[in-house]
Amino acid sequence: MRKTIITAALAAALAGCGGGQQPAQQSAGDASFEAKLQEQFLDAKPGSVIEIPAGHYALKRGLSLRTDGVTIKGAGMDKTVLSFKGQVVGPEGLLVNANDFTIENLAIEDTKGDALKINQGRNITIRGVRIEWTGGPKTTNGAYGLYPVKTQNVLVEDSVVIGASDAGIYVGQSNNIVVRNNRAEQNVAGIEIENSVNADVYGNTATKNTGGILVFNMPNLSQAGHATRVFGNKVFANDTENFAAKGAAVASVPAGSGVVVNSNDKVEIFDNDIADNQTANIIISSYFSTNYYNTRGVAADYNPYPKGIYIYGNRLKGGGDSPDGLKLKTLKTAVYGLGGHFPDVLWDGYVDTKSLVDGLPPPNDRICIHDVNGVLNADGPHDYKNPSTDIKPYQCDLPKLPAVVLDPAPKA
Amino acid sequence: MTYRAILLVVGLAALLGGCHRPMPPVAFHADGRPPRLSDWHVVEVHGGKLELNQGVVPYDLNTPLFTDYAHKLRTIWMPKGESAKYQPVDTLDFPVGTVISKTFYYPRAADGTFTDVLRTDDYSHDFAGQGLDLSRVHLVETRILARRKDGWVAFPYVWNNAQTEATLQRTGAVEPLTLVAADGSREDFNYVVPDESQCASCHAQDWVSRQVHPIGPKARHINKDYAYADGVQNQLEHLVKVGYLSGLPAMAGVPRDAVWNDPKAPLDARARAYFDINCGHCHNIHGAANTTGLSLIYGTPEDRHMGICKPPTAAGRGTGDHLFDIVPGQPDESIIPYRLSSAEPGVMMPELGRSTVHREGLALIRAWIAAQPGSCTPIH
Repeated sequence: MRKTIITAALAAALAGCGGGQQPAQQSAGDASFEAKLQEQFLDAKPGSVIEIPAGHYALKRGLSLRTDGVTIKGAGMDKTVLSFKGQVVGPEGLLVNANDFTIENLAIEDTKGDALKINQGRNITIRGVRIEWTGGPKTTNGAYGLYPVKTQNVLVEDSVVIGASDAGIYVGQSNNIVVRNNRAEQNVAGIEIENSVNADVYGNTATKNTGGILVFNMPNLSQAGHATRVFGNKVFANDTENFAAKGAAVASVPAGSGVVVNSNDKVEIFDNDIADNQTANIIISSYFSTNYYNTRGVAADYNPYPKGIYIYGNRLKGGGDSPDGLKLKTLKTAVYGLGGHFPDVLWDGYVDTKSLVDGLPPPNDRICIHDVNGVLNADGPHDYKNPSTDIKPYQCDLPKLPAVVLDPAPKA
Repeated sequence: MTYRAILLVVGLAALLGGCHRPMPPVAFHADGRPPRLSDWHVVEVHGGKLELNQGVVPYDLNTPLFTDYAHKLRTIWMPKGESAKYQPVDTLDFPVGTVISKTFYYPRAADGTFTDVLRTDDYSHDFAGQGLDLSRVHLVETRILARRKDGWVAFPYVWNNAQTEATLQRTGAVEPLTLVAADGSREDFNYVVPDESQCASCHAQDWVSRQVHPIGPKARHINKDYAYADGVQNQLEHLVKVGYLSGLPAMAGVPRDAVWNDPKAPLDARARAYFDINCGHCHNIHGAANTTGLSLIYGTPEDRHMGICKPPTAAGRGTGDHLFDIVPGQPDESIIPYRLSSAEPGVMMPELGRSTVHREGLALIRAWIAAQPGSCTPIH
């Protein structure tokens, strides 16, 4: 008896000193697909190919990757589906901070925030990726679908983005960009190039968005964008009511906008099929029209004027018949009557008056437009009081931009 | 030895050291991934207490990062003869071999279950200079940052329910807990342990180099007194005393952050300190959030760079239908408090590291915005 008591006391004493430690317990679900996938991301080495087989996978936590030279590969955009419907953690579905990154042939669905964000990196390829918010357009959907930002040499191709509450494909603050042969539907902005330099956007279909293809410059960022070519795209019936949260850059885009240039420079729009966008098939505007411009919050060196915009050789049809917002509706009725419609191109009319030479901007800063059924200068600076339908100011030409060359070329 | 003799020895040991067996010295692992926290011998459980090893120096911050009301036991250890070099603004320049630990724990509710934890900013009863009393606290995780030859490496260790050991969980973990407030009100939440890669998303303050660095041990954060076992001393001076810090200038020239909840400190200094530690690791010119044009780290001028009248960039639905980050005098019209008041992924800021709203921190930022003069007038 005594022996038992002493032994027990000894055991207790030892345990109290850490001698009785239990084997470590693993948390439940450790062997799940999600943990294994996360581990693959953590263990990836340059050259690693992470293959995700066909299947519908429910994920609770955002994934992230920080290793150069990794390829993520699914079995197809309708076969390998990463669903974030039950996401509880993480601002994105997948966040990448790495160079030489390729992702292809899979889908990311229903993320709470952005779906695929690539923040900083060279040589980025996104191919055959579907991003979708499956409940259709909703303000509560995540903001951006495919979202390379501060990247160089970016290729986005053969992808599909549906339902982003900001922009479906959004390339921001990047250089050397090719966005081709994608489909963007039911986003606020279908495709948006923002504060980026040297972008080619071609062969895409943008429909049922609020605005089809946008080329924007926002203030306060590390670089101003210029040199974007938008060509060979189909941009039609982008008439979905704007469902962005106010304050988001795209919240100021009127429903029914085809191609929109805001405050960007050297933008060339040619050879597109643009049709049935109810505010206007093409809109050119300045940051003044967004209502965000104020002296305290915008850097003094920010240039809000669109300059060097060249529009020619597009096939334009319909549109302009039901502009969004009371101001634009009133303007349309005032100029074109109840049954009329805006012409193909709507310009808000803000111009840098200090730069004018004989009433026109310097030759390379002009807005040059051919092959359209008309242009309306809305006279935004005077609250639409003296709109003008004179097309003479736009009868000019600009030097054509060179094609974007990705260097190095993306992997085949 | 007779049983009686054994009993005597055990009793004597208990008398002498509260059951102390000396820990093996701190083990710096120059490579690999030690599977258990105890492999480092930095902090260990002995005799119902989480204890610090010899040479492991605790510290805390004037204004800490908010992590779901978790309390944090932070420590620094360096190899013999090594010391960190003082830096006026950046993280102290620590030598190879440095091991920094941060243990996240909660004071336990007096009559609650193990997962009932206190919502309190009072740290004074947790740590008595020698260790954490495990009958009073619930250990959740311990993060190790080790300064290896090629740079810092982060390891998240999660404590078991027996509170005897923490094991490496590279992919993170989720622990359901209940916060119990002083008035008895309860809030269930999921405490989330970040995965290794998420560790880096805060600790890599430069997104081009992607190098991980400690955030807290900057002079301005740790320039404060600490109640060490042998008395109260300024932490920076203590680090010098124990040989862990060199190059400390005269204290009058060392920056010091305000204590965010010190009612005697100026509102402006408290808000700036809160922004600095909670937001500045991403919102700085090199960080993950440099894409936004918003900077909230120490030293940012108090104008559009800090968000005053600044239109957001890429905030998406995080704007909460507001036009500007900060509208002077109008916290209800400002984006920043909206994002601080959310716990929803895709809306909330910071993006990681919390599942609850820091009510007191939010109140501080709202009060600061309310006190800002002027307005944001759009120009057309």
